[in-house]
Amino acid sequence: MLQLKRLIALLLVVVIALWTGTGTVTAQQGGTIKIMYTDPLSGPFAQVGDQNLQQFKYILDYINGRGGAVGRKFEIVSFDNKSQPSEALLALKAATDQNMPIIMQCSGSNIAAALIEGVDKHNERNPNNRIVYVNCGAVATELTNEKCSYWHFRMDAHVGMKAETMVRALPKEVTKVYLLNQDYLFGQSVQRDVKTFLGKLRPDVKVVGDELIPLGKVKDFSPYVTKIKASGAQALLTGNWGPDMTLLIKSGMDSGLDMRYYTMYAHLGGGATAIGPAGNGKVRSVMAFHENIAVETGKTDTEGWTRQFRSQHDFDFYAGGFRTIFEFLQAAMNKAGSTDPIKFAAALEGLTITDMLGHQVTMRKADHQILSEYFVGVFTKGVKYDSEKTGLGWKTEATVLPKDLDQPNTCNMKRPAA
Amino acid sequence: MEVLLVSLLNGLVYGMLLFMLASGLTLIFSMMGVLNFAHASMYMLGAYFAYSVSRVIGFWPALVIAPILCGVLGALVEMYALRRVHLNGHIAELLFTVGLAFIIEKGVQMAWGLLPVPYRVPPVLDRALFHVYGSNFHAYRGFMLLISILMFVAIWLLLTRTRIGLVIQAALTHPEMVGALGHNVPRVFTIVFAGGSVLAGLAGVIGGNYLVTEPSMAATMGPIVFVVVVFGGLGSLAGCFLASLIMGLVQTYAVVLDVSFADLLARLGLKVTSATPLAEVLTMPLPRVGALLPYLMLILVLLIKPRGLMGTRDT
Repeated sequence: MLQLKRLIALLLVVVIALWTGTGTVTAQQGGTIKIMYTDPLSGPFAQVGDQNLQQFKYILDYINGRGGAVGRKFEIVSFDNKSQPSEALLALKAATDQNMPIIMQCSGSNIAAALIEGVDKHNERNPNNRIVYVNCGAVATELTNEKCSYWHFRMDAHVGMKAETMVRALPKEVTKVYLLNQDYLFGQSVQRDVKTFLGKLRPDVKVVGDELIPLGKVKDFSPYVTKIKASGAQALLTGNWGPDMTLLIKSGMDSGLDMRYYTMYAHLGGGATAIGPAGNGKVRSVMAFHENIAVETGKTDTEGWTRQFRSQHDFDFYAGGFRTIFEFLQAAMNKAGSTDPIKFAAALEGLTITDMLGHQVTMRKADHQILSEYFVGVFTKGVKYDSEKTGLGWKTEATVLPKDLDQPNTCNMKRPAA
Repeated sequence: MEVLLVSLLNGLVYGMLLFMLASGLTLIFSMMGVLNFAHASMYMLGAYFAYSVSRVIGFWPALVIAPILCGVLGALVEMYALRRVHLNGHIAELLFTVGLAFIIEKGVQMAWGLLPVPYRVPPVLDRALFHVYGSNFHAYRGFMLLISILMFVAIWLLLTRTRIGLVIQAALTHPEMVGALGHNVPRVFTIVFAGGSVLAGLAGVIGGNYLVTEPSMAATMGPIVFVVVVFGGLGSLAGCFLASLIMGLVQTYAVVLDVSFADLLARLGLKVTSATPLAEVLTMPLPRVGALLPYLMLILVLLIKPRGLMGTRDT
């Protein structure tokens, strides 16, 4: 009996040794194209990573159903980073150990900055085992300017672009605005960029309030609401996310603060529930996608595709931009005829594809920043698809074209020698 | 003037919400010496229970049922777990409650999902009670004030005017003597822990729809409650009440008073420029750090008056 156990153990060791030894070969030449995805999957922000994963899975079923890339299917390997840069770097290590060609991360510009540095270092030291970092939502403007890297591709509009979209969407009659943001890298850049674009595009608008709050520390926003009310502002502009956004809006609704709320993240999971029916026609969000765009533009196939997601999940599909990411990867790999990072990264540069809404999306070569159509949606009654069963949903109020958002960059990119 | 008056109301409402949360913790902490890290988790459970119950039979029954559910859970925890852990000392107890808080958070995520739940204020209270200079004073906030005042009076009467209150008070200082007199001290402990959990649950029912009911609500509310309890002083309900109001008002007024040290110095005729040492700190406006002031006050009180404002026991 003991001998049998030993034999099995020995066999296991041999199998594992063979498997890991040949892992490099299979990862490069056959099997699936593995992507390490790292975001918070536990703790207070677990919802973010969890919902992203469910939408990724749905998107991958579709993309793989259409042939994947170079005859291989995509596969996502998830890794919980608990919102910590150090944990994200562990994910990077795991990905490079297994020769995965791509690492993907969406939440937290501070984590993104650490990953860019980690990827750069790794690629410099391991020219035969390079990795590409696909950024699906870390939006600090610096990441494609001062901190830009050849191996980093940002697939979402950055803070400067979102701020410009917000400012462009302000109607003529709004001349007094209040800015309130979280006191860290991201919130500070929202504050700065909004002011810059107000100066450029709407010099008639006066900033009557300019407020930074400690990240995640405020529980009761009513004193802020009192202050905003006293300032006489007609619109509140904020990049707040998570509880800092939901509590702020909820508090404003409760005290009957009658103004326009411009946000960047109210359309993500949980936002609609927190705002509730009282927010009808008051809350706006800057976004790459919402479910009613397909209805508004008559894209019935896209509408059917997102409707199917709704019927299978208890939340709505908001990740239109994530599908664009995989269509980009698919196109670049097919163009390069390879899943080798050095080859498809080159193919990805300057690539233009048509997204699920029929719009042209480009990966700008100079700084690896995506340029796509962007929307401002208003949370309202009377739309075809409501959000989180509230009876209210998003309706497009303004559209900004890629050429309007083609802001200059200060990226000085170091390209690998051919 | 109008801002100052509205802020007074804001501060009172928030302070009383803090009191609802902190009073239960004060009871447990001062009575049993257990630093219950899972207290805010009971608050979260109260909100979730109330949400589930109110979906079936409405908000008013939930107001009674949800705190009782929390109390029952608290009693079970005390009888079957905490009592056993207690034998291994206070550190073990503390670690036990830390673990419990994580387990409850995960449990809530599994039972109700990761998204906020649509737990709403009952329609009858979802309107303006009166107007102050054009700002609504929401009826529900008035209701919150009312409930918390009733709660304060009820606990006060219970502790000072009833037999069980006397036993609890006595067990606080002389547990052996109370035991020798034939009172069942362990049962008193169970009652206190369950009672504290009921209060936390009630705060959840009331606070869950005023704020947002979601799985991280315990983690965000936890630290400030400890601050209130320690600042007010262990063993003192009045201290806890006072501390809650102070914290509520301090945080509220910190937001509306847009001043910095530099302004203060300017009054004294000193001008701060970018060349001044620590200019960044000196020109930092108060609202930017307002939410951190309670923690600063906690540190100060521990340095100057280790027992807190009205404390009767060491921390």
